Amino acid sequence: MSLRSPLGRVRGLGSAKEGVGHWLAQRITAIGLVLLGFWFVAAVISNVGADYATFTAWLGRPGNATLMILTLVAAFWHAALGLQVVIEDYMHGIARAASLIAVKIACFALGAFGVLSVLKVAVGG
Amino acid sequence: MVEFNLPPNSRVKEGKTFKAPAGAKRVKSFKIYRYDPDLGENPRLDTFEIDLDACGPMVLDALLKIKNEVDSTLTLRRSCREGICGSCAMNIDGTNTLACLKPIDEVQGDVKVYPLPHMPVVKDLVPDLTTVYAQYRSIEPWMKAETAVAANKERKQSPEERAKLDGLWECILCFCCSTSCPSYWWNGDRYLGPAILLQAARWINDSRDEATGDRLDQLEDPFRLYRCHTIMNCTNTCPKGLNPAKAIQDIKNKLAERVL
Repeated sequence: MSLRSPLGRVRGLGSAKEGVGHWLAQRITAIGLVLLGFWFVAAVISNVGADYATFTAWLGRPGNATLMILTLVAAFWHAALGLQVVIEDYMHGIARAASLIAVKIACFALGAFGVLSVLKVAVGG
Repeated sequence: MVEFNLPPNSRVKEGKTFKAPAGAKRVKSFKIYRYDPDLGENPRLDTFEIDLDACGPMVLDALLKIKNEVDSTLTLRRSCREGICGSCAMNIDGTNTLACLKPIDEVQGDVKVYPLPHMPVVKDLVPDLTTVYAQYRSIEPWMKAETAVAANKERKQSPEERAKLDGLWECILCFCCSTSCPSYWWNGDRYLGPAILLQAARWINDSRDEATGDRLDQLEDPFRLYRCHTIMNCTNTCPKGLNPAKAIQDIKNKLAERVL
């Protein structure tokens, strides 16, 4: 039971003074993914039937590697932001905090793995 | 987590039926949510058959007829009966609206009347508005200005500046919008909801107010403001035809404008 006043409860811990960055990043990555999505689909279609050597050579070109990295970063960034919203909406308490941290680490790790793989093909050979 | 079922003590049971008087020609059934905390029982849905030839045109007329002539224990808020006070906000035929502005003949079949969704119920159709009133208080809905003005002078506003308040000042705080918003249902303890955010926009857009930045600071929060996902139930349901979703978008745009 709490005898705290309704105003005290509503004010709670105060404003986080955060959220506009998330809101902007979600929209910018969404627009980026529309454009990069067209490139990605075209790239996949153009490589249909290609063997491993042809594909790695194609991905190794600086332009293709850059666009692929941008696609991966935008996709996992956007996924992390979107999943954050779903968790904030539907989960409460300690489960919310734990899920938020887990999802962000997972998205960052998967994105890092993707980027490193592209770099290995493009630079490492 | 989200709960998909009501708690066992909130599930609505079948209630009593009050028949229409003999000889009634135009009979309409009103199925009304009843809950009395003193009984210790689950809520129930009572059926009242009303002779429309002996009843006013609006749902509120029927509710008052029931209270006056059939069951005086039916409890509801009402005052102005002309859509200005916001007291008789309730869920009629599946939509939040004002009982005094809802014509009975707009409802096909039985008229189902419930209290505003997802609020604690005090009794019957009376929801507990304590939290939402505290949320209104929390946005400090009064003019804040440091510039001194002579006691016998007004704070001036151009017609264009005044026009920015149109669509905001008309809100009567009936909370039809906030209680129709899924985000407010799931996170109403931290999300301010469309009604309060529209009020916040009313002060943010007031050219005479000098605390715009502080007001935006207080709103920039993942829960207070950004739980709004532009679902638009608020705009859909507003009995005054206002657009809370647009007011919230305006606040988000102003916050973005500050950093871009």
